Formats: sequence, structure tokens, C-alpha cells
Amino acid sequence: MLGLAPCAIAQEDPASVRPKAGDLLVRVDDPALTPLRPGDIPLAMPQVMAWAMDPAAKIVRSGSRLNRLMLLHLDESRLIGETKGRAAAGIVAYTSICTHTGCDVTDWLPEEGLLYCPCHFTKYDPKSGASVVDGPAPRPLPALPLRVADDQLVVAAPFTARVTFEPA
Amino acid sequence: MDDKAKRSLRLLLVTLALTGTTALDSAQQPPAGAAPRAPAAKIPPVLQEYQPVTADRLKKPEDGDWLMTRRTYDGWGYSPLTQITSGNAARLQPVWVVATGVNNGHEAAPIVNGGVMFVATPGNQVIALEAATGRILWRYRRPLAEDVILLHATSRGVAVFGDKVFFASGDAVLVALDARTGREVWATTVEQNRNGYYMSLAPLVADGKVIVGTSGGELGIRGFVAAFDLETGKPLWKVFSVPAPGEPGNETWPKGDQWKTGGGSIWVTGNYDPATNLSYWGTGNGGPWMGDQRPGDNLYTSSTIAIDLATGAIKGHFQYHPNDSWDWDEVSPPILVEYARNGRTIHGLIDVARDGYLWFLERTDSRIAFVQGMPYVKQNVFTSLDPKTGRPEIDPAHKPGTGKKADFCPSLWGGKNWPPVAFSPKTRMLYIPANENLCSDSVGAPIRYAPGQRFTGATTGFFIAPGADHIGEVQAWNVDTGKRVWTHQYKTSPNWGPVLATAGGVVFGGGTNDQRFHAFDASSGKLLWEFPTSSGIIGEPVSFMVNGKQYVAVQSGWGIDSRGMQQRLNEVSPGNYPDVPEGGAIWVFGVK
Repeated sequence: MLGLAPCAIAQEDPASVRPKAGDLLVRVDDPALTPLRPGDIPLAMPQVMAWAMDPAAKIVRSGSRLNRLMLLHLDESRLIGETKGRAAAGIVAYTSICTHTGCDVTDWLPEEGLLYCPCHFTKYDPKSGASVVDGPAPRPLPALPLRVADDQLVVAAPFTARVTFEPA
Repeated sequence: MDDKAKRSLRLLLVTLALTGTTALDSAQQPPAGAAPRAPAAKIPPVLQEYQPVTADRLKKPEDGDWLMTRRTYDGWGYSPLTQITSGNAARLQPVWVVATGVNNGHEAAPIVNGGVMFVATPGNQVIALEAATGRILWRYRRPLAEDVILLHATSRGVAVFGDKVFFASGDAVLVALDARTGREVWATTVEQNRNGYYMSLAPLVADGKVIVGTSGGELGIRGFVAAFDLETGKPLWKVFSVPAPGEPGNETWPKGDQWKTGGGSIWVTGNYDPATNLSYWGTGNGGPWMGDQRPGDNLYTSSTIAIDLATGAIKGHFQYHPNDSWDWDEVSPPILVEYARNGRTIHGLIDVARDGYLWFLERTDSRIAFVQGMPYVKQNVFTSLDPKTGRPEIDPAHKPGTGKKADFCPSLWGGKNWPPVAFSPKTRMLYIPANENLCSDSVGAPIRYAPGQRFTGATTGFFIAPGADHIGEVQAWNVDTGKRVWTHQYKTSPNWGPVLATAGGVVFGGGTNDQRFHAFDASSGKLLWEFPTSSGIIGEPVSFMVNGKQYVAVQSGWGIDSRGMQQRLNEVSPGNYPDVPEGGAIWVFGVK
């Protein structure tokens, strides 16, 4: 049987590795690195952009844009399926990297309660695992399961799928 | 053993002799980075006989060759070949088809030099083929970082010069390949991809240099055109489409640092006038998208700039609309053509702008002057043009702003997007792939710049104009009268198809969501022939001759903005604009 030689270069840089269980979350534009609390994410408002942070070394994992996260506070009673288990206090986290061509999913459709990629108009449903409602994206957005500890948002487990997009 | 098997065995033996390994062993090697995929084998005869491309050949190409994306420096997209005519085009048939192995939008013109074809595809790939047969000669693929910023994953083609092929890699790296082997000769970083600079255009080779610009207008870049040494890749000069303080034009920007993130991206190859050594490039819209966030004309966004290729100096400009608020990039450059107007011959430029106007301009060695402008699709933003300068009066009701939603036609994709026009000196007609009856709305919000992050500050909507009975068009305009001669309408599709005109009196173009490639009578617009291909066609068609036979080549491969528009059409007209199959292929046609 043929064995392929390992070819992927492991990313050891702690700022570039994907978020790990136990990481805290900080806003992308917060130089004070204040850990986000559930109360910082208002209900039914557009996504808050965030990075994960190694809590001990206070290293923000902003070394790769594939680590960029979106946080949303949704009505807990309307979460569907696995999303219920991944949410903490109604707050869900997803990669902001569109699975289509890697644009940042920056837009929010308030009437529909959907995430919207401005590049090629994919709509994702954050209540239901960021499944693709409409548009060219081939897959849901990978989710980042959360929990709450000491009134802080904490990463409960790594991304549910590899963060990647079409041309890569 | 038949001949083919013998040849295969010989190839394997050659491979073994050269590399001391077997194909099985090589499968155990890690991917060889930027090396071509084909094994190191004997160079095929057609490449051994490869004719180096000279400056003279680029200026006056042989009739059967297609050495740059629009074939000639004037940007005409015109083939002088006459075997395929309006009389026999109905007998066109596929000669060969080769899958590219990748999805997404295939926009590049196949470049043909003496029987060798070079095709750029999405996936950061260049394929060399025997033009008459489709036999693959080599394949080059340049890996991209997993976090590459590449919002439009396509290539609009390669350039050729000497024994090299020049390719603009998606991550803003310019690469020179050996035309005979596909191996990298040099690679030069043009700009930092992590800051939002990416490339999709075909390089221009002119004045002994290789010249590119970059995309990234959605990401707060500062657009530029840059020249590099053909032999080494060493940077020679760089000129920005947004001037710095102290440079002419900077006074059209607000005080402060906004010029640093002002947009004006460059993603379509410029045309060139060897007589003046000036090259004409189109520039993208300003950033962020809302004009009221950057008061002023914002030179040189949404303009054509004339660049002196000796120095990189800007020697003239024409801005199609100041202070853009509509996402109307004007990246596709004007064609260079002499036309008659009011009893005199004008040394001209003609531009079919995304803003929905057809612009007739005059060029000299020091300026670009306005001659005439008129809408070629529904346009509700300009109320008039200044008769001397061509500067449009804007209807404020149709100009979106920060917190101010407004609708406008044509849509943000424009009356014509990047797909190039063609011009036939025989019919004196300009052929335009247009989208009629489409409109957008848009509203802005404040936005803060962060490197590599979206920097548009706009939310957009899209709709079909009330009463519309079609969208896509091929329009033919007589350049000497300034009048439209014929229009072909696509009732159920937009048109994203670049156009080819030939001396045989045939106009070719794909562009439709029914995957068809079309041939029209150049004089009358009569549909002569159409053929359903593997995907939708948004690539530039070309024509070439090998061994005395004329062919027409085009890539089929739907994606990028054609897919985005189809998606949005299906939102506003559910079920009527289903997904178009994806998957790239190179198609070559000939008359039986």
C-alpha cells in the first residue's frame, strides 16, 4: 500500500493555529483584549467580529484570517438541531470565512435573520448550523462550539469542520 | 503493442532515464510546489520548434496567430482570417475539447503562437496545448496559501514574449514561465496579498517590459500599474491610480489619508499605442463605495489613464463619472481606433463604460479629450453631459449615500462589465456585449479600514426594470456615424460574453446561461449558428490558423460575476434563473 509522505506544513505559531478548547474571545478591534461576556453580544443584532485568545499567554489568534469569528446572540428557543448544543446562553460562533470564495461574511439580514455574504450573495442560517439557504456556497460555515465559564465566553471545542473555501 | 502503447512505453523509459525513478515512486513524493505537473520528458516537436515572440510580432502579428488577449495592441479583438464566413458559419463543428479540471469562471483568451496554445484558468493554472489537436504539452499550477485573499478566482489570460509566458498569479505574484517546459523562470511579488491585493488580469508586454495592475478595490487597496523587467522580474516603475499629496489629482480627495485606501483597482489589461508609447488603462471605482464618504472627484478612479511606458508617468486621463457611488469600475480600457466625426478623422478612443454610456474620445500624446457620449442601455443617473468636457450632471435622487438608499440603472454590474468589445475595420462596427434592463439599489454605512478586510460600506439590492422583456444583448454600432445598427436580444439570459469579430464577417460570443456559443453575421446581426457547450461561456473567443485551417477557440466555464448575477436574478424571478453547470473546458471549432 502506498503511503503519502506528509506534505502539509504544520502551523505551530500560536497566533495562527485554529481556536482551541478553553480559548477566550475578544473583539477584533479591541487593543485591551477584554474577554467577551455573554452580555456583550446583544440579542438579534448583527454579528460581532472576534478572535479567539489563548487565555494563559494572552495571545490573540489573529495570525491567520481563517481564524476570524462571528458571534451572534439568537433566541435560544429557535435554535435547531446541533446548534442548540454548540450555543452558550443563546450565543453562537461561526467562522466569518465564506465557504465559497473566502470573503468575509459581513452582512446581516435583520428581517430574515440570516447571515449574508456580500461577495456572491450566499445566505446562511445561523439558527441551523449556518446551513446554506441560498447562494453559491458549497457548505455551511464551520461552527465553533461555545460554553460560558465565570461569565465569560469560552471555546468549548475546535471548529466543527475545516475552515476552507473553493480556490484553496 | 500498438503505436500509441509503444509511444507511451518510450515516454516512460525516457522518464526513467531522466529521473531515475518510476511514476509509482513519484506518487510518493510530496507535491513539487510550483513545478509543472507533467513529468520531465522530451520536449514535444511543436515546442522544440517554438517561435520566440518579438516586439515586431506583437505590433504586427501573423494573421493566424493570437499573441495577446485582444490580439492587437489597439484592443480590437479582431481576426483577419477569412476562411470562416457568414456563408459557412452554419457548418461550424467542434474539433476538440479538453477539460481544464477546475470549476469557476474561465475568462481567459487562449493565446496562440505558431500552433502552440496557452490557456490560463481558475485554480492558478496555465495549460499549454497543441492548438490543432488539443494534446496537452505541459501544465503549470501555482499553489495558493490556504488563507489567500482572492475574491475573484479567475485569470484573464497570459502574455507571451521571447520564449516566456507571463502569468499573474492570484496572490499578486507575477510569474515568468519557460514556454517550452512550463517551468518557472522567475517570480516577483507585486504586492502583499494579506493587505487585499490580488491579481486576475493578463499581463501586458510592451516597450520591452511586462506590466500588470492589481484587484482589491473592495478591500481598501490603492490601485496601481507596475512594470517589470522581462528577463529578471525586477521592478522598473509603479504608478498609482490614486495620487499622493503633492501629485496632480490629489486635490480631488479629502484632506487626510483617504487616498491611501482610495481604490481605483486595475484588473483588465490596458491597450497600447506604439506611436506615442502611451498605454491606456481603465481604473476601478473609489473606496469605500459611497461617494459622500470621500468628497471630491477622486481622480483617477472610474477613469482611463494614459501611461507613458518609458517612465510610468500619467500623460492624460478621462474620468467617466466623478465621485462614484455606484460600484461602476471602469476597468475595461477603451479601444484605439480612428473614426470620422463631423467631417474630420479623429485619432480616437472608444469606451463602452460600466456606467451605461458609450464614450467617443480623442487621444494625443499629452491628453484625452471628450468628443461625444450617449447611453447604450437604460441609464437614469446622468441628466446631461457637459458638451465640452463630457462631465456628467448627476441626478441626486439616483445617487446612493451613507444612510441614503437610492436606486439606479444600469445595475452595479454596469451596462457592460469587464467582457471586452470587438471592432471590425471591415464593417466599421463596434460589437458590445451589453446587459439591458437591470438596476440596483444601494445604501451606505460608515466603515473602518482594516488591512485585507472588506472596505465597501455598502449594502446593495438588485432588480429588473419594470416592463423589461429581455436582458442580454449584442449591440453593433457604426463608429463613424455613432448610430446603433443592430441589436440581438437574449430573452432569458444576461450576456457575459466577450466578443470576437473576424474578417470573414462573423461575430462570435457566448455569455448566456444556456451554455451556447453564438455566431452572428457581422453586418446584419443575423444569428448564423449556435452550439451548446459544457458550461456557460464567459471567456474571450479567439481565432487562429494552423496548417492552413482556421479555428475558433473559447473557454467554457461559468462562474464569478456571471454566477452572482444569475443568483440575484433567480432571487428576483424565482425559478427562472437556475444554476448553470460549472466545470471548465477549452473548445475549438472549425468548419467541416
